[in-house]
Amino acid sequence: MDEKTGTMIREGVESIINPLDLYAIEVGIQLKEEYGGKAIVISMGPPGAEKALREAISMGCDDGILVTGKEFKGSDTWVTSFVLSKSIQNIGNYDLILTGERATDGDTGQVGPGISSFLDIPLATYVSKIVEIKDKNIIVERLVEDGYETLKMPLPALLTVVKEISYPRLPTLRGKQKARKIEIPVWSADNMKLDKSKLGLKGSPTRVVKIGHPKVTRSGTIVKPNGEESLLKAIDQLIKFMQKKRINLRRFNR
Amino acid sequence: MSSRDVWTIAEQSQGKIKEVSYEILTRGRKMADKLGVELASILLGYNISDDKLNELIHRGADKVYIVNDSVLENFIVENYSNVLVDLVRKYKPNIIIAGATTSGRTLMPHVAVRVNAGLTADCTGLDIEKGTNNLLQTRPAIGGNILATIKTPNNRPQMATVRVKSTKPAPIDRSRTGKIIKIELKTELIDGKVERIGFRKTEEEAASIQDADIIVSGGRGLRKKENFVLIRQLAKNLGGVVGASRDAVDRGWISYPHQVGLSGKTVSPKLYIAIGISGSIQHLAGIKTSDIIIAINNDPDAQIFKISDFGIVGDLFEVVPLLNERLAKVVK
Repeated sequence: MDEKTGTMIREGVESIINPLDLYAIEVGIQLKEEYGGKAIVISMGPPGAEKALREAISMGCDDGILVTGKEFKGSDTWVTSFVLSKSIQNIGNYDLILTGERATDGDTGQVGPGISSFLDIPLATYVSKIVEIKDKNIIVERLVEDGYETLKMPLPALLTVVKEISYPRLPTLRGKQKARKIEIPVWSADNMKLDKSKLGLKGSPTRVVKIGHPKVTRSGTIVKPNGEESLLKAIDQLIKFMQKKRINLRRFNR
Repeated sequence: MSSRDVWTIAEQSQGKIKEVSYEILTRGRKMADKLGVELASILLGYNISDDKLNELIHRGADKVYIVNDSVLENFIVENYSNVLVDLVRKYKPNIIIAGATTSGRTLMPHVAVRVNAGLTADCTGLDIEKGTNNLLQTRPAIGGNILATIKTPNNRPQMATVRVKSTKPAPIDRSRTGKIIKIELKTELIDGKVERIGFRKTEEEAASIQDADIIVSGGRGLRKKENFVLIRQLAKNLGGVVGASRDAVDRGWISYPHQVGLSGKTVSPKLYIAIGISGSIQHLAGIKTSDIIIAINNDPDAQIFKISDFGIVGDLFEVVPLLNERLAKVVK
């Protein structure tokens, strides 16, 4: 983190694929294998994000597009959704957009829904299963608090997927060879004809004003019982601790 | 009269108002009081009785805006977003707070894009900045290793989703009065493209781990799927639900909805018990806002003990059965 601007330092850091995006990439490749078409992987980030794109191609994606440039630096989720939606419009013809549930660094999960809102296409979040694709319609299951709900929507649509949906494959040798050679086009604000005042930190509605470092440790009581008697003592100590902390043990055997 | 009120987005399911609606009223109440403005609860749904709407007032709202229509019975983001955007444009709230639920985290970014609002996800703290009256939103990021405070200096409304269970609902106060504003659904706001065609409840321990007060989680230390019975027993006995580490889920011992941690669910229960979980950074980040953490692990150097309030270093296959047995005696 850059403590002065409150933005993430993404330059000079080795780019990896956000672990939760691997599931979206896997689904994209599976659908391409089943229905034909192309799986294109797109990333907005520092120049180093090219490496992550090549990794996705080595798994089986057909093409990659890197959206990068200093104008994008410090973009919040609003601007990121805007730029990615413009990039997708630039590609033109698409049936389905897949994103991970959220990034494990910024951890907002706001960009997928944001893109669908800009593109004005149907959205399903937390998708755990694609049930069927037929006649330009898709049926999906989404994982919500108390269960799974089934949604039917016309394509094109955007899905954010959860881990349950797939098991990401490893890169293949052929894929790696392709990924090494393939040319990855670089799209900037200029060649997408974007209004620069709407981009980056400048164009972002939100600002990070302070970064705190929370204390991680708790000074707990750790007991190391040795033998049956001290184990019993330890357990009674634990029960007393729970009672002191007002944990309602009366629910026991309810 | 623009950009004044504080709004909270209530949630309902089959005519019942969800608990999170009251939690965020507590948050909203504090902000509204600091700003000296009114607090409104916004509810989209169907078959909501006036009693239920009054409860929103009794728990902190000054006003309730209700759009009651069969089309809004279930959460469909396109419809909900259109209706909310329409209300935002008409009434111009200053702040909108929603729960960081699957619906809240879907609806809010969809709306924020349309109304050019700043949105902060999964906040654990809200405050008002002195002088500017801007909303200060604090949230953990980078695996919980930092706490970022974020504001939206120029755009209105200022929007935030707030972590579930991070505040308590205010007790019901029947002396509180307020206005219930019933809004007719404009049919042109219904998108109609997306249909909800089915629902099935999560099997086994149906309770959502994010709503639970007590979570008992098992990890690799359990050694095999069958041993999860120990975890289930303790959870059942304490009136809690079952969680799991990523390791246990990846091994197929238990399904993904139980996974706690960065690639699973972030939880903040009153009591979290980690059994046979060494405590990866990702797991710790997912549980660190719990009130009390108890760990049982045979490795004295396990990271989990560093964030535990009470820990027993020992063989879980000895400790857990004995704990169950002793608990029974204590409460008799």
